[in-house]
Amino acid sequence: MSKWPGQLAKIDDYHWEIPQSYKDGMRVPGLIYASKEMLESIREEQTPEQVANVACLPGIVKFSFAMPDIHWGYGFPIGGVAAMSVKDGVISPGGVGYDINCGVRLLRTNLNEAEVRTKIDQLVNRLFANVPSGLGSEGKIKVSRKEMNDLMAGGARWAVKHGFGSEEDLDATEEGGCLKGADPSKISDKAIKRGMPQAGTLGSGNHFLEVQVVREIFDSEVASVMGINEIGQVLVLIHTGSRGFGHQVCTDHLRVMEEAVSKYGIKLPDRQLACAPIESKGGRDYLAAMACAANYAWSNRQCITHWVRESFSEVFGKSPEELGMKQIYDVAHNIAKIEEHMVNGQKLEVCVHRKGATRAFPPNHKDIPQKYKEIGQPVLIPGDMGRCSFIAVGTQKAMEESFGSTCHGAGRVLSRHAAMRSLRGKDVAQDLKRRGITIKTGNIPSLAEEASQAYKDVTEVIEVCHQAGICNKVAMAVPLGVIKG
Amino acid sequence: MIEKAFEITDHTADVGVIAYGADIKQLFSNAALALFSLITEVGSINEKLRRHVEIVSEDKDSLLVEWLNELIYLFDAEHVLFRRFDIESLTNNQLRATCYGEDLDPLKHKIRTGVKAATYHMLKINKDNRGYEVQIIFDV
Repeated sequence: MSKWPGQLAKIDDYHWEIPQSYKDGMRVPGLIYASKEMLESIREEQTPEQVANVACLPGIVKFSFAMPDIHWGYGFPIGGVAAMSVKDGVISPGGVGYDINCGVRLLRTNLNEAEVRTKIDQLVNRLFANVPSGLGSEGKIKVSRKEMNDLMAGGARWAVKHGFGSEEDLDATEEGGCLKGADPSKISDKAIKRGMPQAGTLGSGNHFLEVQVVREIFDSEVASVMGINEIGQVLVLIHTGSRGFGHQVCTDHLRVMEEAVSKYGIKLPDRQLACAPIESKGGRDYLAAMACAANYAWSNRQCITHWVRESFSEVFGKSPEELGMKQIYDVAHNIAKIEEHMVNGQKLEVCVHRKGATRAFPPNHKDIPQKYKEIGQPVLIPGDMGRCSFIAVGTQKAMEESFGSTCHGAGRVLSRHAAMRSLRGKDVAQDLKRRGITIKTGNIPSLAEEASQAYKDVTEVIEVCHQAGICNKVAMAVPLGVIKG
Repeated sequence: MIEKAFEITDHTADVGVIAYGADIKQLFSNAALALFSLITEVGSINEKLRRHVEIVSEDKDSLLVEWLNELIYLFDAEHVLFRRFDIESLTNNQLRATCYGEDLDPLKHKIRTGVKAATYHMLKINKDNRGYEVQIIFDV
């Protein structure tokens, strides 16, 4: 692929603008969060062109944003944030992505590294046995057609009602684990058929479950509010989404959007940006279906949380309560939300698309749990399996600048195919083992696709967001054990 | 005459293929073959069952995307793998085909990639004097 030819105007060390004049049809400028060093690889992939394309969508306000972990997606870039005015803007399934509410959940424990390291093989084996994972993996829970409707409407709340976890978990989940407005009548039979057997599964690809150890604490006061008290403390990170169900919802509604594009005469630079006015039937139907998929993903992470707690209990012979296995937070990385933001000094209702981006609401925001009112919303940013993950908090600056959004992870630099060509899964596993990371997977060859070399260094990504002020670093954790589908 | 049926290309976030065909029917059949060769070793699939597929859409590009998405659905929801595709009729907005393959057997079929959707991204069916070609990006 050729290098992106356009000009980026430097605003400061971490903000780069694509002027509105770059391309006909841009309604707002583009804004890329990046360090100077990152720009080269961002240009190489033509990603700024995608940022400019998103800026052409009707009703977009302020900027078409790109986080430092931006990489090339279909239509919207991954790592993109775009807010459209509800009154006259559009919603685009491509601005959410196929894996609706792909997201992360973080649990704390009272355990320390030494206690877990001696039992890591046993722990990883128990986790692998208890959490259904892998391609086409089918769940341990059998969901009937009727229950599937309740699950889509209830999300994590449905799971808690069925004995998976507690109310306290819901309080520590974005939207309480249940996005309002979910309407199962907007879901196709195909989506239901793909979704029913996969409920409560981890899946494959870049999804994982990781036992981590805290290596660095940047803000001990804020960390202690989350229950992160010391270096060496063990955490558990769960990364999964809405599985085949979300993909089918996206596929089905892209089709409807195609029709809306011609009906409303919307001019698009890329067919994959298909969209419909938020206030149209097609737009509202997608939002109602997307909410079902978001809830499916939250139910998924809620069920998996329960099995993680069971696995720890089995291995350490103590109850989850004794082990202090409380949920720190659960946040979506792929979602569109109707929110109120200040735009040009006025309150405006907007639909914020976050595709590979994390909500990062500031202290005292009405939508964050009471216990985090003083510190701001926890932001969870996983890296690749060989490096590290970060915990951060949302800021007022993010609220003012990026619609309360920040980065979501590392971002790929090497395609899956290129990674498979240059690395072997077996070598990747051995390399991890040498570095003290135990891995268990159903698909060894595909480990190569997810190797560290295939990703940007998440440390550079979070540093840009921290310096730009759109989230504040709190702690950093490294993997001890990894389960991959 | 184009000899290659398809090739796999690089796409950072996902997987791409370029499918070829001497005619449009062959292009659709090779695109499907490319899809299943991403999923597993096509040589390991036997022809034990067949499925009839019918798609209606607004143009050839979307027919192709929906054809592939239908096959992905059959794989993901019903766990069927296919190796041969007989495109019986193909107009500008309708496709009818019979697909031959078998149920997924985890002991026999090693799954390489969990392809989850065919996208419209950069999709364009091209034709020159040698035949047809199309690039398809899959979400995995």
